[in-house]
Amino acid sequence: MTELRDHLMALADKAVAAGDGPRHAAPHPVNAVMISHWTEAMGDRNPAYTGPDAVAPPAMIQVWSMEGLSRDPAKEFRRPMDDVFDALDEAGYTGVVATNCEHTYHRYLSMGEELTSSTRMLDMVGPKRTALGEGYFVTWNVTWFSGDEPVAEMMFRLLKFQPLRPVEKAKREPYPLRPAVNDDTRFFWDGVQAGELRIQKCGGCGELRHPPGPVCPSCRSAERTHVVASGTGTVYSYVVHHHPPVPGQETPFVVAVVELPEGVRMVGNIVQCPIGEVYVGMPVRVTYQEMDDELTLPMWAPIPEEA
Amino acid sequence: MRIVAGSVLPPLTIELTPTVVISTALATRDFTPVHHDPAIAKAQGSKEIFLNILTTMGLVERYVSDWAGPDAVFRGIKVKLGVPAYAGDTLTFSGKVATVEENEAVVEVTGAVSLGPHVTASAVIMQRG
Repeated sequence: MTELRDHLMALADKAVAAGDGPRHAAPHPVNAVMISHWTEAMGDRNPAYTGPDAVAPPAMIQVWSMEGLSRDPAKEFRRPMDDVFDALDEAGYTGVVATNCEHTYHRYLSMGEELTSSTRMLDMVGPKRTALGEGYFVTWNVTWFSGDEPVAEMMFRLLKFQPLRPVEKAKREPYPLRPAVNDDTRFFWDGVQAGELRIQKCGGCGELRHPPGPVCPSCRSAERTHVVASGTGTVYSYVVHHHPPVPGQETPFVVAVVELPEGVRMVGNIVQCPIGEVYVGMPVRVTYQEMDDELTLPMWAPIPEEA
Repeated sequence: MRIVAGSVLPPLTIELTPTVVISTALATRDFTPVHHDPAIAKAQGSKEIFLNILTTMGLVERYVSDWAGPDAVFRGIKVKLGVPAYAGDTLTFSGKVATVEENEAVVEVTGAVSLGPHVTASAVIMQRG
């Protein structure tokens, strides 16, 4: 670990010691067309950026040296810190997130000015533990010149980190059946997302009811709240579904009415259990099944008998 | 306009439609796919396409200059980046004048989205003339 750090730090020290990189010419002079595209997209109506005495918006400074879409690999240039970035990638610090960007404007730019820019690495700090994973903060500076006059500077800092989880996550096919979520049932589905099995409770008389509804059948109060169920139950009744086919489900499967100790019954699939072993009175526990990248459904699995 | 310490800037709300995210990315000549291609953005672990940093800098400048007027001259903008500003979210800027010395003012700006602060910034401006 310290060996790797020493290696990375040596590369960083070398890049810092190299000082200013070569000057690169901006692809276009400061011009009214690019400025109008920028002000239109930003919604910036500052009159200083139009007319015969127009100046360029100062925050556009980095735009002038962007290589654009048709970048020519032959003209690709390496910045002083690129060796450090390559070594960080190799060592597994593949994540990247920008943390700071600071512009200093020495003066405003006029139409027709031809700019060059030069980059120097300032420092690298790390490894640091961050919420994203362990990483190194790399800081550099870009100076823009008009002729030989420095007109603007940028300090830029980013974190190169070892992602805690692999970034690539296979997308699952969306499960074709979605629950109908409305104002009466949203608390239930929010609970499922949070890993809670929620039961609607009358805000008037306190009676629990399921499925959720707008009005208490006992006292007719429209006030409602909920409680969190213990998550256990027993099979009150069940069917084995063979036919017709159900989108997203392989037949046969078991749908049960589960009686909760809280006093309500819920309908749900029985999973993690051979179909022939399901019986009325079977103790079950709720299990949250991820159906796709967004939908989770509560289902029921048998509670193993204590030995 | 006379700028005094403690002045509060009127808030600015920007609906981050895909059009806003993409048109600003292209106007800043940033063709990185995560700023215009939802499939690539999602494959890389993002919820959606999101604002690029050059646009965040531009919007901070626009927010302060909308309020300060065309006579304000920017000396610098410092930005600390927070959560991503995804397409479909709303970006709300708020700000206040932190200090005024001679004719130079420091304006502190926050741009927040539903996930939290996207940008915490300070801009140094001078009155022209």
